[in-house]
Amino acid sequence: MAQTVPHSMLAVAGLTKQIDDQQILRGIDLQVASGETLVIIGRSGSGKSVLLKHLIGLMLPTSGEVFIEGRQIVGLKERELLPIRRTVGMMFQGCALFDAMTVEENVAFPLREAGERDPKVIREKVAAALEVVDLTGHEQKLPVNLSGGMKKRVALARVVITRPHCVLYDEPTAGLDPVVSDSINHLIRRLQKRFGVTSIVVTHDMKCAGHVADKVAFLHEGAIYFYGAFADLVCSQDVLIQDFIQGRSGDTD
Amino acid sequence: MLLLRFLGSTALSLFGYLGELLFLMLESARSLVTTPIRWRLALGQILEVGYRSQLVVIVTGAFTGAVFAAQTYFQFHRLSMDTAVGAVVAVSMFRELGPVLTGLMVAGRVGASMSAEIGTMKVTEQLDALRSLGVHPVDYLVVPRMIAMMISMPMLVAECVGIGIVTGMFVAVHLLGVSQVWYTNYMLRFTALRDLEMALTKGFVFGILIVFVACNEGLKSQEGAVGVGRATTEAVVIGSLAILIVNFFLTMVLNIFFPAG
Ligand SMILES: Nc1ncnc2c1ncn2[C@@H]1O[C@H](COP(=O)(O)OP(=O)(O)OP(=O)(O)O)[C@@H](O)[C@H]1O
Ligand SMILES: [Mg+2]
Repeated sequence: MAQTVPHSMLAVAGLTKQIDDQQILRGIDLQVASGETLVIIGRSGSGKSVLLKHLIGLMLPTSGEVFIEGRQIVGLKERELLPIRRTVGMMFQGCALFDAMTVEENVAFPLREAGERDPKVIREKVAAALEVVDLTGHEQKLPVNLSGGMKKRVALARVVITRPHCVLYDEPTAGLDPVVSDSINHLIRRLQKRFGVTSIVVTHDMKCAGHVADKVAFLHEGAIYFYGAFADLVCSQDVLIQDFIQGRSGDTD
Repeated sequence: MLLLRFLGSTALSLFGYLGELLFLMLESARSLVTTPIRWRLALGQILEVGYRSQLVVIVTGAFTGAVFAAQTYFQFHRLSMDTAVGAVVAVSMFRELGPVLTGLMVAGRVGASMSAEIGTMKVTEQLDALRSLGVHPVDYLVVPRMIAMMISMPMLVAECVGIGIVTGMFVAVHLLGVSQVWYTNYMLRFTALRDLEMALTKGFVFGILIVFVACNEGLKSQEGAVGVGRATTEAVVIGSLAILIVNFFLTMVLNIFFPAG
């Protein structure tokens, strides 16, 4: 494992996480090559969000290793992690917008933190980022006054504005209408093609998965149950996987 | 046996809590020396804690000074010591009443809002979002608040004391008929710069206590709205108790540096 790590943008090895009595992750090995998009799917509660948080050191594993651009981050101090995290963007499932700031300030925040001081440059970049997610004209609203889907898009704009090398999306299209979902799928693709951004996309949306995935990992009960190309996933004869793709619960009435 | 165990576990959790506070203070101190201070945020907080706390502090100081002057007069009048009222009011306001009452009011007003704000950010993952953007929550949230408190609290205490002395004098001179000249004469003779220094030192220390108790409660709050509610209550209760307890030790220690006249 250790030898192959330098080639990958993000990697985890033997990752386990236990909180109280619950074993949430049970030994996960994953590698994402530079410029690749990995889609993680899995039932609700299977540990997808927890896995993402481990990838940027927001949660500490019970055991196992996490590498960002070949650098082991487990065991680093919080202050040592901060500069590393700036190269990896994370879009939270709950959006996690700063509710004391307007949309514009939220989106400008990472730019300011990255050292950009020129108000004109900031304004232009923010306008461009909001344009991409179709939110022009909502700059002065506070997050509480946004719809769920709009919050998602602000969160997305906030993540991509600094062009991180790598972006982790936690359900970027959940709760969005089909048209906006599609434009976000295209955005993820475009970032990958044009800027070589490495992405991990957690999603339940099979259309999104099909659109953006280079590789798919199916997480089940805290372990990787399937890893491979999207086409192979769709063709898989495994009952669990087919149930997930088809959306069957096994209830018959 | 049971009592012993109870005392033991209480002592343990007390030490654990003090450890948490100390850790947060050390982290803030480190942030002060290693990362640039966010003055814009600090100014915003000064406005919030310093400027907007004034009404509360002025009312507290005014009525404490008034009632204390009246009560002292009623007692001293029987001993024909009317003119000493000013000295007693001023020294007590400077040394104890001003700092403690201001501390308690600010612990209620500012401690509660700080812990609620940070606690809400914690449970809505905004703190995680900060960290994911490479910003340390202590740098962004705690240090500006600490600076604001360190600057505002001494001023608020001074304000409280000043108002208290003025209203005390008003009550004694204009309502109770004590001689203005003798009142001020004794007051000035028995108060000195060291009384002011003691007031400001206490205010400074209480400000630090309030801000770290409140921020610590906010940062570790969990379990949604209930957790934030609990953090807020704890911030006020622990902050207030800490002020009263620390005040005793401060009085003992500071009396060495600023002995009563
Ligand atoms: N901070 C925490 N403390 C305790 N348990 C947690 C914590 N965070 C997550 N869990 C538990 O970990 C498990 C996985 O949660 P996670 O949020 O990763 O699920 P998920 O796969 O993202 O689900 P969804 O698709 O619904 O978002 C859940 O059982 C959850 O209760
Ligand atoms: Mg999730």
